[in-house]
Amino acid sequence: MKSRKPSSVAARIAQYAVLCLGAIFTLLPFLWMISSSLKTPAEIVKIPPVMVPAVAQWSNYATAWAAAPFGRYLINTVIVTILTTVGVLITSVLSAFAFSRLKFPGKDLVFSLFMATLMIPGEMLIITNFMTITKLKWIDTYQAMVVPWISNVFYIYLLTQFFLQVPDALYLAAKVDKCSDLKFMVRIMVPMNKSAITTIAILNIIGSWNSFLWPLLVTNSQEMRVLSTGLIRFQTEAGTSYELVMAASCILVMPIVLIFLFLRKYVLEGVAFNGVKG
Amino acid sequence: MQHNQTVARRLRGCKGYLYLAPSLIILLVFTVYPLIKAFAMSFCEDYSIIDGSFKGINLQNYQDLFADEVFLKALSNTTIYVVFVVPLSILLSLVLAVLIHNSLRGKALFQTLYFLPYVTSVIAIGIVWSWIFNSNYGLLNYFLSLFGIPAIPWLNDPHYALAALIIFSIWKSLAFNILIFLSGLASISQEIYQAARIDSTPRLRVFFKITVPQLRPIIVYAVLMGLINAFKVYNEVFSLFQSKAGPANSAITVVYYIYDKFYNSGDYGVASAAAVVLFVIILVLTMVQKSIAKEKEEA
Repeated sequence: MKSRKPSSVAARIAQYAVLCLGAIFTLLPFLWMISSSLKTPAEIVKIPPVMVPAVAQWSNYATAWAAAPFGRYLINTVIVTILTTVGVLITSVLSAFAFSRLKFPGKDLVFSLFMATLMIPGEMLIITNFMTITKLKWIDTYQAMVVPWISNVFYIYLLTQFFLQVPDALYLAAKVDKCSDLKFMVRIMVPMNKSAITTIAILNIIGSWNSFLWPLLVTNSQEMRVLSTGLIRFQTEAGTSYELVMAASCILVMPIVLIFLFLRKYVLEGVAFNGVKG
Repeated sequence: MQHNQTVARRLRGCKGYLYLAPSLIILLVFTVYPLIKAFAMSFCEDYSIIDGSFKGINLQNYQDLFADEVFLKALSNTTIYVVFVVPLSILLSLVLAVLIHNSLRGKALFQTLYFLPYVTSVIAIGIVWSWIFNSNYGLLNYFLSLFGIPAIPWLNDPHYALAALIIFSIWKSLAFNILIFLSGLASISQEIYQAARIDSTPRLRVFFKITVPQLRPIIVYAVLMGLINAFKVYNEVFSLFQSKAGPANSAITVVYYIYDKFYNSGDYGVASAAAVVLFVIILVLTMVQKSIAKEKEEA
């Protein structure tokens, strides 16, 4: 037992050394993005690389912001994210309530149908959905970026599990009091599952904010671009001005990183739920 | 009275569907219909999206698809990608998760840091990686030069493009794996570990004899999710190679192929056939995952 003491100290040191090494590997692209975004054009191509710029060039952000309509891209991204999230919350609450509380013929069958769609890779649906959007003449509109995404089966599944945990007695008591289903859902189910609903909202905000392929397909004009599609275009336009491209990347990355850091409990629980349900 | 009751019951029956209607409509229009339509289009030779006409119903699209070197390249790229990304990512994240789980301090801090790549825009951070991979001014080649390794044209040489994609993907995939391993580790009963401690079993033995077997279902899940995600790689390619699929299509993936076929080449039939192939592969993988999960539950 005595002889194990020094080795366990060494083991602790080794443990933290590996953890820190891994953390550096994980954080490096973020740090490199921030550092590069604050360099002068001369510093950005210097060898050996400049780790911390001599004077932080905050003006790079203003230059990048002016070089492409990032203000417009940001507004578009915010609009699409908010509309999608509000839509997803409404449809998920309604569906989860139906699956967990209401009785109707074919319920199990419909539930199985919903769950079966989880196996379909969304990437294979882009061809026909693009045709549908074209037929609806929705190309270059907000609804093209929002409507296909306002129903999410994973969120419905998650919320149904939470709604099922609310005791039936509450529902029956409300029925006796002649409380309507809609009122019960809004006044009791929603507040009781605030944390699950917040989780869904945050996961969806992250997903919408970062979405790329679909906005790329259904928009043509510069005015309708979102941050991710605008950034890709800017990368080509800016050429070798990497300090500006890095500043623009920061604009896309930072809001979500901040949301995650403040609300990480919800994000981690929500994603782990997906993993653990198997 | 009897009649009223049945009407009321029937109305109540409709009510459930009223609540489901928004999700159901979206699901039917944007998931079920496109699935069926993709199947249908994949069997139509020379399908025209303008008037929906086609030459005949046959397997021409599939023949064209499997005769297309670019598609075969996408499949072989995915295989190479899987061989490297899945085992390396799982091994690294398993080790890191165990170390985080056993650390006395900074547990939450490490968990948060390691999860950052998961919430970050693949497009933005992929552009950052393309800057790191830059052959002249990139950080990676600078580090390699410290060890006397000459500059590698990561993104411009077909031999290295896939390697760059694999490095980026491993970096990105650690987050999710660490998270699910951590939640798995938290659910292992402490009694088993205490027994090992009393017997003063060496750490490495504890890891292989207790931790790994206990986490087996989660490791299997991570492997299958890794496989499924490998077939969906797209944004990573787009951001690393400036909207292309790497030099001479060297980093092409199945989803990039689908996108390129219908959006750039207007070949909806072959694109649909590729989409159906993707669907079948993912369906099989999901079935395997589900049956393993079920086996575990019944055992």
